Amino acid sequence: MVEKARPFPRPSPNGEGARYPLGEGRGEGHPPLIEVRHLAKVFDVSRPWLNRITERLPRQRLRAVDDVSFAIARGETLSLVGESGCGKSTVARLICGLYAPTAGSILFDGVDLASVRDRGAMLKLRRRFQMIFQDPYASLNPRWRVRDIVAEPLRSHGLVRGGVALAARAGELLAQVGLAASDAEKYPHEFSGGQRQRISIARALSSNPEFLVCDEPTSALDVSVQAQILNLMKDLQRAHGLTYLFISHNLAVVSHISTTVGVMYLGRIVEIAPTRTLFARPLHPYTRMLESAIPDIEMSGKPRTPVAGEVPNPLDPPTGCPFHPRCPYARDKCRVERPPLASFEGASVACHGVHEGWVPLQRASVAA
Amino acid sequence: MTAPLLEVRGLRVEFPTRRRTLVAVDGVSFEIAPGEVLGVVGESGAGKSITGAAIIGLIEPPGRIAAGEILLEGRRIDNLPADEMRRIRGRRIGAIFQDPLTSLNPLYTIGQQLVETMRTHLALDSAAARKRAIELLGEVGIPAPERRIDHYPHHFSGGMRQRVVIALALCANPRLVVADEPTTALDVSIQAQIIALLKRLCREHGTAVMLVTHDMGVIAETADRVAVMYAGRLAEIGPVQAVIHDPQHPYTAGLMGSIPSVGDEVERLPQIEGSMPRLDAIPRGCAFHPRCPRAFDRCRVERPELLPANRTRAACWLHAPERASPAAQAGWSEGAVHG
Repeated sequence: MVEKARPFPRPSPNGEGARYPLGEGRGEGHPPLIEVRHLAKVFDVSRPWLNRITERLPRQRLRAVDDVSFAIARGETLSLVGESGCGKSTVARLICGLYAPTAGSILFDGVDLASVRDRGAMLKLRRRFQMIFQDPYASLNPRWRVRDIVAEPLRSHGLVRGGVALAARAGELLAQVGLAASDAEKYPHEFSGGQRQRISIARALSSNPEFLVCDEPTSALDVSVQAQILNLMKDLQRAHGLTYLFISHNLAVVSHISTTVGVMYLGRIVEIAPTRTLFARPLHPYTRMLESAIPDIEMSGKPRTPVAGEVPNPLDPPTGCPFHPRCPYARDKCRVERPPLASFEGASVACHGVHEGWVPLQRASVAA
Repeated sequence: MTAPLLEVRGLRVEFPTRRRTLVAVDGVSFEIAPGEVLGVVGESGAGKSITGAAIIGLIEPPGRIAAGEILLEGRRIDNLPADEMRRIRGRRIGAIFQDPLTSLNPLYTIGQQLVETMRTHLALDSAAARKRAIELLGEVGIPAPERRIDHYPHHFSGGMRQRVVIALALCANPRLVVADEPTTALDVSIQAQIIALLKRLCREHGTAVMLVTHDMGVIAETADRVAVMYAGRLAEIGPVQAVIHDPQHPYTAGLMGSIPSVGDEVERLPQIEGSMPRLDAIPRGCAFHPRCPRAFDRCRVERPELLPANRTRAACWLHAPERASPAAQAGWSEGAVHG
C-alpha cells in the first residue's frame, strides 16, 4: 500500500516557528483543514454498447486519479503540478464535489464529505470552500451584471438578504480584489481577462470561504496580469487566512505561490515536498525533467537533463513505475514493480532508484 | 553587415470597423539578417501576431496594410498579387502556427501533404519528393518515418504533429520561417524538445526565424535579437542578452520583473499596474505612459520613436539625447517598476 504523503514542518511566514506536521491530524497544533486519503477516480470511456457488441471491444476504463493522498494545513498552499492528463484537475474537481470519487475519502476540517447525508449540513460545509477556474471568459455568465455574479453565492446560501445589503456586500468584495464598486453595474464583456479573473475571485470570496480550489487561475493570462493576480491571491491569503489548493502546469508560478508542491504523473503523486526542498533538490527523475524543461530565462547555461519522449496513453499505462519508459535510470525492477510513495530526507518520492540509491542525487544548493 | 533578408519599414495595419478604424500595428520597423532568429514578444493584443501575418501576406480582410513596406531580399512583397504571394509563401517564407491541428489537412496523409508542398514549389518528381519527405520526417525526430509518412494527422500526438508542421514549413527550403506561438499549445516537456528542434534545424539550413511568442523564456533560449511590442508599436529592440538583463524601456523592465522564476524567494512579484489599452483607446503620446512610473510631460503629448539606449533601442523619451545625461541613466532600471 502506498504510504500517505506526509508534508513536513516548515517555518511559518508570520514567525510562529516550526509548524505542526501536516497530514497527521493530531499531535500539536491544528489538524489539517483538508485531507485527501487514497483518492481515486476511474472514468468509463468505453465505446457505446452497440459498438462494443459489433466491434467486439472490451469496456475501457481510465484511471485519471489513482491513490492520491495529501493534506493541507490552514493558511497554506498546496500545489499540484504536472502535464496535461496527469489528473491534477480531476483532483480539484473531486474535492469540489463536481465528480464523485471512485475510492478514497476527502476530509474537510475532519469531516468526511461522503459521510454527510443531510443536504442542509452539506450546504453549510460547501460554502466554506469555493473554486476558481482557468478560463475567466467561460466561468462568468455573459448575461449577468457583475453585482449579480458576485452576489450569487450570497443569495444561494442565503447569507445576505435584501437588495441593498447585497449590493453593499458586492461593492465591498469588488474593492477587495482591486475593482471599483461602480464596476458592479457592468457586464463581463466590458472587462479584460485579468479583471474577469478578479471578478471570479470576488465571487469565490463572497461566502467567506476558508478553502479555495484554484484550477490554473493564471494560465489564460498574460505575465504582467499573472503577477497582479498572484500578488492579489497572496494578499487575500494573508488577510483572510485562506487555504489554497493550486493546480498548475507552470513550475515557476508554483514555486512562487506554494508551501508544498506535489508532482503528478499519470494520475499519481510521484513526489511531494515543501516547496524549497523540492526545488533545491528535486528527487524523482520526472520532477528533474520538468524542472530542466523550463526555458532558462537567466541564460545561465545551466546543465540540462535531456528531455525525451511523451506522456504515454493513460488508457494503456506502462507497467511498474509509470515513468519508466522515459526514465534515464530505469532498471528491470521499475518495469515490473510499482514504487510506493515513501519518505526520503524531508520529501516523499515514489522511485525505486532514489530509495535504493542508484539514482544519483542532484546538487543540494538552492537554485538561485 | 550583410544585407538584411527581411526589412519591415513603418508597417501599419488597420482594421476598419463600422464605427472607426482600429490600428493594430503602427509604425513598426525592423530587419532580420539571414540565418538570424528574431523573437517578437508582447502580451495579447500587442500586435505581434498581426505583424507576422502581414509578413506572410495572410491578414484577413477587412484588415489591410495601410502604410509601410515589407521587403524580402530587397524586393517588396506587401503589394504583390495573391497568386504571386502564394508562390513566395511556402517557397521562401515558411509558416508555423500555434495549433498544429489547424495547419494540417485531416483528410490527407502527412506524406501527401509534404509531397504536394514540395512539388508545388520545387522541381521534384513524386518519388524524389517522397524520399525527401521521409528524410525530413526523420530529421524532425519522427520515429520510423518510412512507415509514419502514410499516417493521417490524427494518428500523431500534439508534439509529433508540431514536428510534422515544422517539416512542412521547412520542406521547400525557405529563407525565412515565421513561427507564431509554435509551442504554446504543448506541454512543457514537449515544448523544450520543439524549441531545441526548431533552433537546430534553422541553424543547419541557414533559415532565419521570426519567432512570435508571449513566453520570454522561449525567447531567451532561442532568439539572437528580440523585439518587444506594446499596443501595436515596438517598445524596444535589441540583442536578447541586453533586453533581458538590462532592459531600457520601462515596459520591458516591468514585463521581465513580473515573470516568476523557480527558486525566487520574493514575497510579491513586481507588477505593472493596469492593463494594456484597448485598440480603440490607445493613449496619446507614448502608449505606455498611463502605466509608466517614470512618465513625464513629454510622454503624454509626443510619441517617442526608437532611440538608441545603451545596447538596445527603446521608444522612450528617457533616452532622448538631451536627457541622456549620466545622472538620468544611473539608477534607471531600479525605479522602472514598483514592487
